Amino acid sequence: MSATESEAIVEGRRQMEICNACRYCEGYCAVFPAMTLRREFSQGDLTHLANLCHSCKGCYHACQYAPPHAFGVNIPATFATIRNESYAEYAWPAPMGRAFERNGTVVSAVAMLAVTLVLLLTMALQDPAILYTAQTGTGAFFRVIPYWLMTGMAGLTFGYALIAMAAGAVRYWRGTAPGKGQKPLAAAPVATAAVDILTLRNLGGGGHGCNDIDDSFAQTRRWFHQAMFYGFMLCFAATTTGTIYHHFLGWKSPHAFLSLPVQFGTWGGVLLCIGTAGLLWVKTVTDPGPVAKRWLGGEYAMLSLLFLIGATGLLLLVVRHTGAMGVMLALHLGLVLAFFVVLPYSKMVHGVYRGLALLRSAQEKRA
Amino acid sequence: MDFTRTYDVLVVGGGNAALCAAITARQAGASVVVAEHAPKPMRGGNSRHTRNLRALHPKPTGVLTESYLEDEYWDDLLRVTGGRTNEELARMTIRASQFAPGFLADCGVVFQPSLSGTLSLSRTNAFFLGGGKALVNAMYRTAEALGVTILYDTEVQHIEVKDGFATEAIISWRGFPERIRFKAIVASAGGFQANREWLREYWGDAADNFQIRGTPYAQGTVLKDLLASGIQEVGDPTQFHAVANDARAPMVDGGLAMRLDCVPFSIVVNKEVERFYDEGEDVWPKRYAIWGRLIAQQPDQRAFAITDSQALHNYLPSVFPPMKAGSIPELAQKLGLDAAKLQAVVDEYNAAVLPGTFHGNKLDDCRTDGLEIEKTHWARRIDTPPFYGHPLAPGITFTFLGVKVNDRAQVMMADGKPSGNLFASGEIMAGNILGQGYLAGFGMTIGTVFGRLAGEGAAKYVRN
Repeated sequence: MSATESEAIVEGRRQMEICNACRYCEGYCAVFPAMTLRREFSQGDLTHLANLCHSCKGCYHACQYAPPHAFGVNIPATFATIRNESYAEYAWPAPMGRAFERNGTVVSAVAMLAVTLVLLLTMALQDPAILYTAQTGTGAFFRVIPYWLMTGMAGLTFGYALIAMAAGAVRYWRGTAPGKGQKPLAAAPVATAAVDILTLRNLGGGGHGCNDIDDSFAQTRRWFHQAMFYGFMLCFAATTTGTIYHHFLGWKSPHAFLSLPVQFGTWGGVLLCIGTAGLLWVKTVTDPGPVAKRWLGGEYAMLSLLFLIGATGLLLLVVRHTGAMGVMLALHLGLVLAFFVVLPYSKMVHGVYRGLALLRSAQEKRA
Repeated sequence: MDFTRTYDVLVVGGGNAALCAAITARQAGASVVVAEHAPKPMRGGNSRHTRNLRALHPKPTGVLTESYLEDEYWDDLLRVTGGRTNEELARMTIRASQFAPGFLADCGVVFQPSLSGTLSLSRTNAFFLGGGKALVNAMYRTAEALGVTILYDTEVQHIEVKDGFATEAIISWRGFPERIRFKAIVASAGGFQANREWLREYWGDAADNFQIRGTPYAQGTVLKDLLASGIQEVGDPTQFHAVANDARAPMVDGGLAMRLDCVPFSIVVNKEVERFYDEGEDVWPKRYAIWGRLIAQQPDQRAFAITDSQALHNYLPSVFPPMKAGSIPELAQKLGLDAAKLQAVVDEYNAAVLPGTFHGNKLDDCRTDGLEIEKTHWARRIDTPPFYGHPLAPGITFTFLGVKVNDRAQVMMADGKPSGNLFASGEIMAGNILGQGYLAGFGMTIGTVFGRLAGEGAAKYVRN
């Protein structure tokens, strides 16, 4: 925990003290019931509440104290800043927290470097001509990029990301623990949190939706996020089934269009593209009032990276029997490599901390 | 904006009462223009700060529990007003309140299923999800979708009235002098509570210490103009709905969160360190509305709620933290009170507290015996440091002086006849029903019921 509190923490506390006396928003999301359990707000409490916030903006548009009122209550923007500061605070190893400053630049630069590296490596390790000639039949992809390199780099970077995010998760859980000893985890709050995550319940506004664009209610962000999330999961399933086919069944790629890995990957890619493009659109047209502009760069960069991964994956399927396959594969895998590298130092960590915040919230409600 | 056009209906004001009128008139086919004094982010008058409305219901609804029938509603109103009401208009409002939540829901207002706050009103009052600003947003959205023209930053300065008919309105539109012509007009421009000069006419210097809880745009310009144009006046100009506010709140527009619920769990003294009223007379939702006026009548319009660590969690936290001290004299010093006198008042109170079983949410048997002013419920000894002190000031919600109306929301002229085309709804006419005191959520009920009547009447007049 920082020795001195950030401006956002001080501001978040001031605003929560107003909210806790008002409580008009208690019907909106998990943040406000969690707030009412407290009378004082430590840095850990505010970090927990900020990570619980899904940025649905309902409380901003309903707020009698929102700017231009002198109290200037703007929970979504303030909490976005506290969230991003907590990503930096709990990053592992700690110096890497600086990657959350100018995160858009970091993610974009890593993406560019990774794509370049993969293209160069492909040319250096294989015959450059292979990038331009059609490869067909079993093992076609591995003639472009050797199997050992593909799995080795993916394994290393993804493995590192998992370790770094797990370390961050542990640090976060300890750092946001309430003052008194916390009860051991029970199954019921875990189940509640899982349902909240899988259904994005807090982006439902209790049925009518959230203020995605302006003060009207919609479920646009929820459905685009669901498309992105489940699209991502399907892509992950595609890779997993592909690996099982390769190692345990001895079936080598490329697989037929109707095979499980290709079906998962195709629909996953389509959903991923729809979801990320939709979220980018919402971000572009939404009322800027409750948005903390400082952190938008990292969000745009990550959404764009995911979109490009989905799009190049789909293009790869289209061109896999042509001479364009080599370049497309190198592009696609370069972007995936970039994704794995930036994973623990990008917007993606919100999934970890939001999940833990939902878990803590469910736990508190049962206590 | 085309000021040469003659609109069917001009609605003056931009709160809930105004929008209910505008939407109703538009739905009945009239062309409607709304003149809202505030800029868009501050639109909605006092409705922006509201939270619920009181509604009759014979059986449980999605948002209201059990039942709340006319007789009980009327009894509640009779009690808070001490009989200073108009039974015919009040009963009509109470009956119509049954349909108010449904109308608002049709306008896109979302109601909250139930709530956890300390004011346990879920049987009698329907709560807007997100509060009044969310309601205001929904009403404007609906009005715009129906084709109502909304003018922000538009102050109506004068309504020309001839022979019981309103003919045109002189306005300041974004700083420019303009006039709007219409066939019928609805005045929903609020009370005069934000006009300190006007308050001073009745309250003198005390008015300078009143905090205005809501919109700064309630200047009473339209009310004063209409009263000067041969329209009947109603209500006592010194009466208003007022609550115990935090003395450190902004002087205007501090909104709901400035109110303090600590009174029933404290003893309250004035600047002379004297108690002046039974803090535990009844549950807070039934008493909160008398405390603003009580404090307004104290020296320098100040009071101080004194309590200790036992009570701290019995009421909602305050935006501004209470003064905190290890002893009563130290607390007195922090509050600027006579230390010896406060110690004496607390000692005398503590000695008078009878044993009892404390229940924060219902009338319990914790009371005092032998004080000049007894505390009849929730009386516990104030003896467990740290001690807390909340400075209190009167927070004025809205004034009750208004234009007289009939049961069709038509404004009554001096000759006793209703105006043909001039209607009123909301705070500007609430004094017809509220002579004194206040019933939580009743302002929004009056606004919704009379807003609909006014919109209906105006559209009907235009059609004929």
